[in-house]
Amino acid sequence: MQVYRWTLTMALSIVHRATGIALYVGTLLLVWWLVAAASGPAAYANVQAFTGSIIGRLIVFGYTWALMHHMLSGIRHFVWDLGYGFKPNEREALTWGALIGGIVLTVLIWIIGYAIGGGR
Amino acid sequence: MSFDESHGAPKGSSMRTPLGRVRNLGAAHSGTSDFWRQRLTGVALTLLMIPALVIIMMLLGPNQVRAAQILSSLPVAVILLLFIFACTWHMKIGMQVVIEDYVHNEKLKLVSVMLNNFFTIAVALASTYAILKLSSGV
Repeated sequence: MQVYRWTLTMALSIVHRATGIALYVGTLLLVWWLVAAASGPAAYANVQAFTGSIIGRLIVFGYTWALMHHMLSGIRHFVWDLGYGFKPNEREALTWGALIGGIVLTVLIWIIGYAIGGGR
Repeated sequence: MSFDESHGAPKGSSMRTPLGRVRNLGAAHSGTSDFWRQRLTGVALTLLMIPALVIIMMLLGPNQVRAAQILSSLPVAVILLLFIFACTWHMKIGMQVVIEDYVHNEKLKLVSVMLNNFFTIAVALASTYAILKLSSGV
């Protein structure tokens, strides 16, 4: 039974959890990358081949967004923990800020990444 | 003696302080420590985000030989170790909260919490080992 009117802050609370779970699973990529770097050129080339592929790029792009969104959404929670931002317009603004800020930071990071040669 | 209503409990019912009342509470009998550590590691990760992103940017182009060189430098290794420590601790607590919220079967919950511990510790140790191996140049 759905008794609540669906609000932006409720939806973004779920997104915070979903991005958290995605980041959790995605640490496998971080482990693979670090272990490969410690293993040698062949293993490292495999990681680079994967992260350079279309699928790999999509996953890392999604991971970048999940990370940026989760971070900004988390900062929003810190503001609430400190006792600020509970008025209706304030909590909406914080939530929109995390949503838009996450997308902007992700695009910005990828522009910088391509500019310094990650595009190859 | 003045009556202090702000401390919750009815007058005369208890001599325990507010802190004493919440200590050791909760499913894990560790009170609010996970709540605090979730925020501690969250702040740490926010602060570490820019240096971590810079390191990842530095590693976008180079081959393994150059990447190993970068990863074995002291500041890079320390920043990554701090990041991995905070990250794995943060995600262990976060996943446990999710499990406790959605898994209601007691046995399944126990197994899930256990697997969560195994996974996060494995991620933490494998990454740490890799960085230490690169730093020691073996």
